[in-house]
Amino acid sequence: MERVAQFRQQTERYLSGEISEAEFLPLRLQNGLYIQRLAPMLRIAIPYGMLSSTQLHKLADISRDYDKGYAHFTTRQNLQLNWPKLAEVPDILEELASVEMHAIQTSGNCIRNTTTDQFAGVAADELEDPRPYCELIRQWSTFHPEFAYLPRKFKIAVCASETDRAASQVHDIGLHLKHNDRGETGFTVFVGGGLGRTPVIGTRICEFMPRAEILNYLDAILRVYNQLGRRDNKYKARIKILVRALGADAFRDKVQQEFELVRGGEMTVPDSEFQRMAGFFTTPDYESCDAAAVSTAVRRQASDDRAFARWLERNVSTHKTPGYAAVTLSLKPTGIAPGDATEQQMHAAAELADSYSFGELRVSHEQNLILADVRQADLYPLWKQAQAAGMATPNIGTLNDMICCPGGDFCSLANAKSIPIAEAIQRQFDDLDYLYDIGEVDLNISGCMNACGHHHVGHIGILGVDKKGQEFYQVQLGGDSGHEASLGKVLGPSFSQDEVPGVINSLIEVYLARRQGDELFIDTYRRIGIEPFKTRVYSND
Amino acid sequence: MTELDNPMIKDGVLCENHWQLVPKGHPELPGAANIIVPALLALEHQERIAQRNDIAVWLDSDEPPELIADQLPQYCFIAINFPVFSDGRGYSYARTLRQRFQYCGEVRAIGDVLLEQLFYLHRCGFSAFELREDQNIEEALLRFNDFSEAYQSGGDQLQSVLSKRLQQSN
Ligand code: SF4
Repeated sequence: MERVAQFRQQTERYLSGEISEAEFLPLRLQNGLYIQRLAPMLRIAIPYGMLSSTQLHKLADISRDYDKGYAHFTTRQNLQLNWPKLAEVPDILEELASVEMHAIQTSGNCIRNTTTDQFAGVAADELEDPRPYCELIRQWSTFHPEFAYLPRKFKIAVCASETDRAASQVHDIGLHLKHNDRGETGFTVFVGGGLGRTPVIGTRICEFMPRAEILNYLDAILRVYNQLGRRDNKYKARIKILVRALGADAFRDKVQQEFELVRGGEMTVPDSEFQRMAGFFTTPDYESCDAAAVSTAVRRQASDDRAFARWLERNVSTHKTPGYAAVTLSLKPTGIAPGDATEQQMHAAAELADSYSFGELRVSHEQNLILADVRQADLYPLWKQAQAAGMATPNIGTLNDMICCPGGDFCSLANAKSIPIAEAIQRQFDDLDYLYDIGEVDLNISGCMNACGHHHVGHIGILGVDKKGQEFYQVQLGGDSGHEASLGKVLGPSFSQDEVPGVINSLIEVYLARRQGDELFIDTYRRIGIEPFKTRVYSND
Repeated sequence: MTELDNPMIKDGVLCENHWQLVPKGHPELPGAANIIVPALLALEHQERIAQRNDIAVWLDSDEPPELIADQLPQYCFIAINFPVFSDGRGYSYARTLRQRFQYCGEVRAIGDVLLEQLFYLHRCGFSAFELREDQNIEEALLRFNDFSEAYQSGGDQLQSVLSKRLQQSN
């Protein structure tokens, strides 16, 4: 609250001309406030994507009272308001504080929201719940006095499962939770991954850092970066450029040197602290049930109702606990900006969480909402209600569940619009049977090379470019954000907006013609390479 | 409050600053007392400085403390310059002085030092602050004390709460 009062004062001093624009900039950025093409934009932190229903209700009210009745969930698992009034931002911050939320460190050259798997704590393939570690990192990074004025923004992701659902290798730091031979917990540390103008997959600089030392090690990495990262050119200021300039070995040595000085030092974390953190993430009161009987019942409902069956297949994931499932509420219906939710939808999602999932939700970096602890017996009524709220589009993991940045409709840096492209593709693939036959494809769209839509790591990536003042789109193939992370390759010359859906369709047709068995799009691409796709698309002209 | 010449904050109180900054590129070591000498000039005149006890040194934001690590005790204090407030290297330099070189003397922030930065600077080990001229120093002092209290009582400064808790358990 002290912080809100302080920012209110700063805003008043700025509006009265007492603080200059340049000086107000880092202050407002630290409080999550951007000035965009059309209005200021406020980002609200949702630590590692976890939300209570109370918080979501509050966010719905805020978007009604201070914005246009909707808000945008971002790939950082945060929430963005696109049209708040600057003078009202302190009021918004106060409302947020009443549900223990804030906008701190969601912008500016500091350590941003640490992200993780949206299925943390319930995924069948995880080694441990990553959230206690995220919480520890959150506490370490929030108001870290040494790292508030870094050369550039800094993003950390934690992954604790076989499938990397947090895109951790394209973060400034990616931590992979591991157990060593003695059963101790630690992390493999990747540094210098990132998207943007110079996309890079992270470099492994440490095979196993025991968890007790992880904050000391993070301090060491950040200290090296804070001192040596470039400050003369903001496009060369990310840590990936430093790692590349020094070389991975020299960078590792410098970090090691700093680390030796703080090893065992004041930020060493004892087991008791990990237990304390884990205590914030207790397993809910699961009911035991006859799992076999429940799943038979669900199957029966599915065979009676085709639409329900589709939704089950796409939007429902397995859960550690028998008789339970995780449900993804789609924020990607055709014709709506991906990740946008209306005030009514937010209220509806919060109510669903109360009725069916212990009052808790998560935001995924794919910009959907997750109910992580749903009794399978409740799936059918939940689906009905989600459908009524327009959040049951059965497209999760498909081509139509694209990641898309706000683009030229909202963002002042854009070369091209991205939302209309998303919509045109969704219309192209509106036949659900066809969409399912295509299977899992990550399609990512960015409106410019800043890559907020992660186009480099989409199996298919689309990038808005400017060609003599006209909006054009470059297509890339073969990116991947999982454990086998890779960056996409450019297909060839770019396309106009009208051409894009047809091009995507041609790419898909090549895949369907060439796939072997139940090979996924990305696997076929890896096997046959880019040429067949290229030939098909460009010989069509 | 009484008017001070060149007011600054040191150890949490307002005081007068009697020191003069020697700019970078100055050809000679000035004979005047109480001067803050740029690091390169100080390195050049190590022997003469060793015989005097009225000289401090300043590091620019691209001059890490390693540069003068061998002679730290010779200086009355170490100043670290912020050419622009958004250049955060100085924060790490102060920490390096305290943690790695166990430096216990005064570490002074100079240059583009603004009100809003005092708390983080303080937490990184700065003990004295020459604020930019246009900053309201009395307000700075109030702010400074507010925050120190917040730190003492836990406040809402997550990081400091965590580091306190870890220090107690280690
Ligand atoms: S990728 Fe470009 S257009 Fe899209 S949100 Fe980021 S900066 Fe804006």
